[in-house]
Amino acid sequence: MWHIVWSSLPELISAGIKYTIPLAVISFALGLVLALITALIRISQTKGPFLIIKAIFRFYVWLFRSTPLIVQLFIVYFGLPYLIIKGVAPDGIKLEPFTAGIIVFSLNTGAYASETIRAAIESIPKGQWEAAQAIGMTRTQTLFRIIIPQAARVSLPPLSNSFIGLVKDTSLASTITIVEMFEVSQQIAAENYQPLVMYCTVAALYAILCTILSFVQSWLEKITTRYLKPQV
Amino acid sequence: MLRLENVTKTFGTHTVLKEITTNFNDQETTVLVGPSGSGKSTLLRSLNLLERPESGFYDCDGIELDFAKKITKKETLAVRQKTEMVFQDYNLFPHLTVLKNIMEGPVHVLKEDKTSAKKRALELLNKVGLKDKADAYPNQLSGGQAQRVAIARSLAMKPRYILLDEPTSALDPELELEVLKVLLELAKEKQSLVIVTHNLEFARHVADKILFIEDGKIFFAGKKDEFFNSTNARIQEFIHAMTLDNLSNEN
Repeated sequence: MWHIVWSSLPELISAGIKYTIPLAVISFALGLVLALITALIRISQTKGPFLIIKAIFRFYVWLFRSTPLIVQLFIVYFGLPYLIIKGVAPDGIKLEPFTAGIIVFSLNTGAYASETIRAAIESIPKGQWEAAQAIGMTRTQTLFRIIIPQAARVSLPPLSNSFIGLVKDTSLASTITIVEMFEVSQQIAAENYQPLVMYCTVAALYAILCTILSFVQSWLEKITTRYLKPQV
Repeated sequence: MLRLENVTKTFGTHTVLKEITTNFNDQETTVLVGPSGSGKSTLLRSLNLLERPESGFYDCDGIELDFAKKITKKETLAVRQKTEMVFQDYNLFPHLTVLKNIMEGPVHVLKEDKTSAKKRALELLNKVGLKDKADAYPNQLSGGQAQRVAIARSLAMKPRYILLDEPTSALDPELELEVLKVLLELAKEKQSLVIVTHNLEFARHVADKILFIEDGKIFFAGKKDEFFNSTNARIQEFIHAMTLDNLSNEN
């Protein structure tokens, strides 16, 4: 049995390095930026026409949290080629599988993470806003210098959850023809008729990746909570 | 001078400040006293625009504001550079060291260069007796130390007026004393102070002027001695209620 595992590892790991990890890392980075923008727009107090933008972002969060990830992948990869817009996309919107994957995973992560970030920002005591404003800081200065650095610490555990979740969710990319780890394990299993061994092997690889991420999380938590320690 | 004229502030259906007219003199210590919920904290916070009254006028050392009209960001910032707040629960920035807490305003609001801001921050820490705590984080300080850092932070902005909202209410008596000493020192240096406090003994030491506020109105405004020697029944009742000799009188 072990020689099956060993002989399949190079292919699996190379698929992980080529697709699984880049999909997860790029999507998470883009998703985080999107999440921060979304959270800031949703907590902003600006009135007037800006309320429309706020509504759009609320709709976005609702949409991606209310539909299955795999359906989102299918719509973007298999569905959009049939979306014909005169002048802009006369032949439909055809995306590379990897591009489609990045778009969907980023938007999906962004929707969930924006709620995490919003909650973290709102958890910072009102006194912090007041103290910053009392020394004459603007709202933007207060956000970026006082509130977000503290909110980052609060949101670290739930954001790590999102990232770990995303690493596993990239296995769904196999359904839109991306040859990531899970897809490769399926292909090998189809050749050697060893589905149990192959799927357990790929499961172990996901577990190793996620365990590494958990360690990174602990390390980051240690750094970001340094200031809370009661002793010098 | 800070001057309020006919200032009214409402929270929901509750009118907290009722047509308040008063002024706070330069180089004096004005102490606001009164029962809980009388509106004294709201009055203080209005001076820094942390509360926005609905109506009335505010002359903040030459910056004239009409609360009934929109106050621009520029005006708000100008008022906040003349007045600094010190809060009951300190509100230090927990993710910054003591030194950075003090430098934050000068560097990022007043745009001073870091070297001179740091030099001044260290001087201020020395002044409040905490030079050795420059690199500590706020969570590593006692309440009294934290409040002294907060006072140093407000001084770093070189404000005309420092507004203190029950600065020692969260402190044990011995820690309270170390904060009160710093404030007394500032009062002696003729720094303009406006202090909300429950501590009448401290008010007796530090105040030039007392404002006694009750039910959103100024019941008494005048020299410290006039207040403590007042024959007015309500003032006497309040003074007795706030001091310990009340305990023995009741039995």
